[in-house]
Amino acid sequence: MSSPAIEIRGVRKAFRRRERESGAPWWRRGWKDKVALHELDLTVEPGGVTGILGPNGSGKSTLIRILGTLLTPDAGTAKVFGCDVVTDALQVRRHVNRVSVEAAFFKELSPWENMVYASRLYGNTSRQTRRRVIEILDLLGLSKDVVDQPMKQLSRGQQQKVAIARSFLTAPSLLLMDEPTTGLDPRSKKEVQAVLDTLRAEREITVLLCTHDMDEAAALCDRVLMLDGGHVLADGTPDELCARHGAGTLEDVFMQMTGKTLEADEAEEVTL
Amino acid sequence: MIGVRGSEMSALFGFAERQLYVYKRYWVWEVVWLFYSIVSVLSIGFLASGLSSLGAGGGSFDLRKAQLYLLIGALLWGYLSLVFMEAAYAIAWERWEGTIEYTFMAPVRRVTHLMGICLFAIVYGLGRTFIVLLVAIAIFDIDFSHADIAGALVVLAASMAPLIGLAILTSVLPLLSPQKGEQMSFAVQGFMLLVSGVYYPLTVLPWPLELAGYASPLTYALAGMRSSLLQGATAADQLPTVAILLGMGVVLIPLGFAVFTWAERRAKRLGLLKRSG
Ligand SMILES: Nc1ncnc2c1ncn2[C@@H]1O[C@H](COP(=O)(O)OP(=O)(O)OP(=O)(O)O)[C@@H](O)[C@H]1O
Ligand SMILES: [Mg+2]
Repeated sequence: MSSPAIEIRGVRKAFRRRERESGAPWWRRGWKDKVALHELDLTVEPGGVTGILGPNGSGKSTLIRILGTLLTPDAGTAKVFGCDVVTDALQVRRHVNRVSVEAAFFKELSPWENMVYASRLYGNTSRQTRRRVIEILDLLGLSKDVVDQPMKQLSRGQQQKVAIARSFLTAPSLLLMDEPTTGLDPRSKKEVQAVLDTLRAEREITVLLCTHDMDEAAALCDRVLMLDGGHVLADGTPDELCARHGAGTLEDVFMQMTGKTLEADEAEEVTL
Repeated sequence: MIGVRGSEMSALFGFAERQLYVYKRYWVWEVVWLFYSIVSVLSIGFLASGLSSLGAGGGSFDLRKAQLYLLIGALLWGYLSLVFMEAAYAIAWERWEGTIEYTFMAPVRRVTHLMGICLFAIVYGLGRTFIVLLVAIAIFDIDFSHADIAGALVVLAASMAPLIGLAILTSVLPLLSPQKGEQMSFAVQGFMLLVSGVYYPLTVLPWPLELAGYASPLTYALAGMRSSLLQGATAADQLPTVAILLGMGVVLIPLGFAVFTWAERRAKRLGLLKRSG
């Protein structure tokens, strides 16, 4: 396949909200645009892990949702393996899967039942699924007896691991990971990272990884994007970014890059 | 590799299987709901039995017939409203569980998704209504000797088409308004009960409501079932009713899908699929 895994041209996304100006009477609420992404351009070649770093509200999840066909961009085009996310959404969905911060499951159903449902939606049969589920959960350090308990009885970290297992199960070629290891203990984080490595060794898979964990980004990512207020501030390999900013770690780069806009952000928060 | 058609079938089955898992897990609830269905149908039956002691038994008034009329209404309404709510609630429930984004992100045509849910709801609704029917027959020793069962079944089958259309139209509501959509489904359901002639002929309604009643497919489903079960109308006699029901289905199902597609696009444009960013 010659087309890039992700090709984004001038994508913009804003959300309209009804807001009352401070001091205005309660009945007068005007529409306000909150821009989540400004004119974004991004090309990601197949294979490799691209990290997206940025403070809260910088537009990371918005970008992930656009690629997952869950949000339509206001302007510009986004393509996944050459398929447009708006006009060719069904084709895009065959390529992608996603892990989000909050593990979204039917809480009364067991991990097994949730996984069977997910894999049926992707056209797999349950016979193939069972073996694979156990295999992946085992790699993630989840015991077999967890598989048949209702989701709601699992801890948040365990649920998150099941969510990660689910995303691996459907064999996506583009994996969108939105803070997949948030809420996991250090050992579990390592396990997730190891499984990701194993999977990448098995077959070509492109990963877009949003994270607040700078060490994780440094360890996993071939390329890092720093996002703030819907703008790309920096783009390069972790080493390049560190060298360019004369910083020792990604965290220092992050602090330097976002520090400039921190005060402006705080001022904005106050008026909300 | 499974072909596109194979994977759509797999997904269709997946939706049904998921619902089955949910019912298995919530089986106590299902027992409670079944109990509730039985109780509500029985209370309508006893209401009819009680009419005589209220002085309604004299003259040309045929109490048995009135009881059967009301029981058929109660049973059918139980079935229709169950299918309707089950399908209408599917989206609301996924929003509530937080899985909606995952279902919408799956490589499945919306037709497959909604049909999977509706078909399961119909099978489930028929099963549950059958149990209630058996209980009602046992208690009220209902006389179906004048009934034409084949005619009734034909009407029941034809009523699936507009019912699916209506259910899809209602399932759109939670997509339009995350907060108020679910309650609106209940309002729609209540209105259907009012105008569709479940417990009385449409002629008793004030004309605007009567007019609404003629637009409701449930009216024709109920009238058709009654004419077969009470007056023995045959399958051939039911052809006009079947034509009306199928005709309404032909309009309502594509309309339902069109509105759903529009609502889904709108939700994706405005970021309504999920409340928290
Ligand atoms: N569905 C939505 N409706 C309204 N506003 C939204 C919606 N989704 C995101 N936003 C707004 O867009 C901006 C970017 O949000 P986004 O979720 O993309 O940030 P993020 O980088 O993922 O943040 P975090 O690190 O906290 O996850 C925020 O200001 C947010 O309030
Ligand atoms: Mg986010």
